[in-house]
Amino acid sequence: MEAAKEFLNNLFNPIVYTVLGVALFVVMLLTYRVWTRPKFALALLGLGVGAFLVSLPDPNFRAIVTKPDNVPIVALIFILGFFLWWSLRQAAINDERLEQGLPPREAEEANDRILVWPDLVYEELICMVILSVVLIVWSIYLKAPLEEPANPGKTPNPSKAPWYFLGLQEMLVYFDPWIAGVVLPGMIISGLILVPYCDKNPRGMGYYTLKERPFAVGTFLFGFCVLWVMLIIMGTFLRGPNWNFFGPYEPWDSHKLESLSNVNLSEYFWVHGLKRRMPEEWFMRELPGIFLVSVYLFAGPALLLLAPPVRRMYQEIGFLRYGLVMVHLLPMAAMVIKMILRWTINLKYVIFIPEYFFNI
Amino acid sequence: MAKKGDLGRIWDYTVNTQVWRSIMRHGYPSTPRNRALAILSNLVLHLHPIRMRKSGLRVRYTWCMGGITFFLFLELTITGLLLMFYYRPTAEYAYNDIVFLRSDVPLGIMRELHRWGAHAMVISVWLHMMRVFLTGAYKPPREFNWGVGVVLLVLTLLLSFTGYLLPWDQLAMWAVTVGTNMARATPFVGHEGPGASAIVLPTEGGAISVIHQASDVRFGLLGGRFVGAPTILRFYVLHCVGFPLIVAFLVALHFWRVRKDGGISGPL
Ligand code: HEM
Repeated sequence: MEAAKEFLNNLFNPIVYTVLGVALFVVMLLTYRVWTRPKFALALLGLGVGAFLVSLPDPNFRAIVTKPDNVPIVALIFILGFFLWWSLRQAAINDERLEQGLPPREAEEANDRILVWPDLVYEELICMVILSVVLIVWSIYLKAPLEEPANPGKTPNPSKAPWYFLGLQEMLVYFDPWIAGVVLPGMIISGLILVPYCDKNPRGMGYYTLKERPFAVGTFLFGFCVLWVMLIIMGTFLRGPNWNFFGPYEPWDSHKLESLSNVNLSEYFWVHGLKRRMPEEWFMRELPGIFLVSVYLFAGPALLLLAPPVRRMYQEIGFLRYGLVMVHLLPMAAMVIKMILRWTINLKYVIFIPEYFFNI
Repeated sequence: MAKKGDLGRIWDYTVNTQVWRSIMRHGYPSTPRNRALAILSNLVLHLHPIRMRKSGLRVRYTWCMGGITFFLFLELTITGLLLMFYYRPTAEYAYNDIVFLRSDVPLGIMRELHRWGAHAMVISVWLHMMRVFLTGAYKPPREFNWGVGVVLLVLTLLLSFTGYLLPWDQLAMWAVTVGTNMARATPFVGHEGPGASAIVLPTEGGAISVIHQASDVRFGLLGGRFVGAPTILRFYVLHCVGFPLIVAFLVALHFWRVRKDGGISGPL
């Protein structure tokens, strides 16, 4: 048991966590018709609950998952798992029907117009009663946390934002605050608002499906499940003092040291690559980074068009919409790219212009 | 017809009084006509249409998530109102008022109901968005309502964030410090943001920077250079008055649009 915990603690680090998460996500989408079968899904649920229960006696694990403010996040893991199952299960059923030339299941009842009283009104009433009971029981058994009075002189370690912003706080490791705290959230909001205007696919309205809109559903679920929720889970349970990464059973030791020697791209290019002194002037110094970022943002969308599915999408939605999609998709991908570059070659900034606080 | 018992007679008498009839304008909703009238003549229920698609009624389609979110919003409004009776938004009193609420106030789960309800609403609004996305319910004609939804999502997070500060304990103060630190890096309007140093007032004695620690957006947000007493008041006002009013208005718009856009979505 101890050996297994030791092994898991050592195995887990941000790289393994993220790569494993992305891999699991891809497998989940590819095999959605298999794992959503009720028996399979029940086995997965059993596995999750089992792993949780087996871990619970561990004092470090218990300390972090039973912290009152973290309880909703433990719940979120199971709730999100459940709704992923429920929606993809229905998508699997519908997709099979569509392949056989049948309409989706929802279509069978879509023209059946029923009276709102009593059906909907009673459904809402039952829902309200159940939810009230859940909230009251939850509130009786779990007291809201209250720590010591606010003290500006005593910074807690770690200092964490409220849990729903922890994905953004994680981004602070890889990006400067103006990107992590302003540009990325801004792009999440603008990207979401633009979704209906950019998605011209007429199919998949009013029923669950994956096959008829793989790009839309895949992108959304990747953003929501991996980039948003998985980073929140990491920020809540696996990030400890000094924002260091800790395994699920590892004590939060505030003296844990992690070597931090991150290098800028300009240094890689001039000093390590060309064996020269860095140019004094910022534009020359940062030219390699500026070049790379420009290629990524401007040549990237054009190069992607070489792939037939992307070309088909371009033909469907046109220049403007394609541009808007890329403006949001490329930064989204850049989050993952920058994370990987940080872990593999300790890259700090691609462009580093401290003169203007402009660092990417 | 079966002979009526006493209760039946009392019922008949009651529903024929002038008082009852002035309130309820229709008989018991057991006929289609009365069922339609039940929805039409009730302020709350008339948010609903009279008829709807059967597929949109299914819990497996909507997960009831929009409704759950709305219910939680109402629950938070009510418990929040009760909390306001005991809470004073000042650095001297805030923390002690919460201690008092915890230990001495009868029916002392209002704070719990409010805090857990808020966490639950954040989760339910995400799940509602997920279900709307996965059913493609944002497609025409519902593009605009999706946009209203996105704004509601942001406001839900802001409501939760401004509330997080109010207990004025270590958790509250530092979470808000971390959260608002990023504002100082806002491009152009935060003093550590890119471009901010370029905004200057040229004067005879040299350029004066316009955006500095005591004038940038973060300063405006916090009412000071640090999270302190003015911040409590600002966040309190936004949390209890500003944001709820906007949310209430947008929820009304959201519901109205659900109906104007043809009710809960369904396959064509
Ligand atoms: C305070 C937050 C919100 C409340 C109270 C709310 C409430 C509701 C309710 C009660 C419905 C009826 C159908 C259902 O329950 O699914 C609905 C539908 C809808 N909501 Fe929301 N919602 C909120 C936030 C959002 C968000 C964040 C989005 C998307 C980003 C969104 C987009 C929509 C759309 C497009 C519909 C129409 C769905 C259809 O016709 O199938 N809403 N909302």
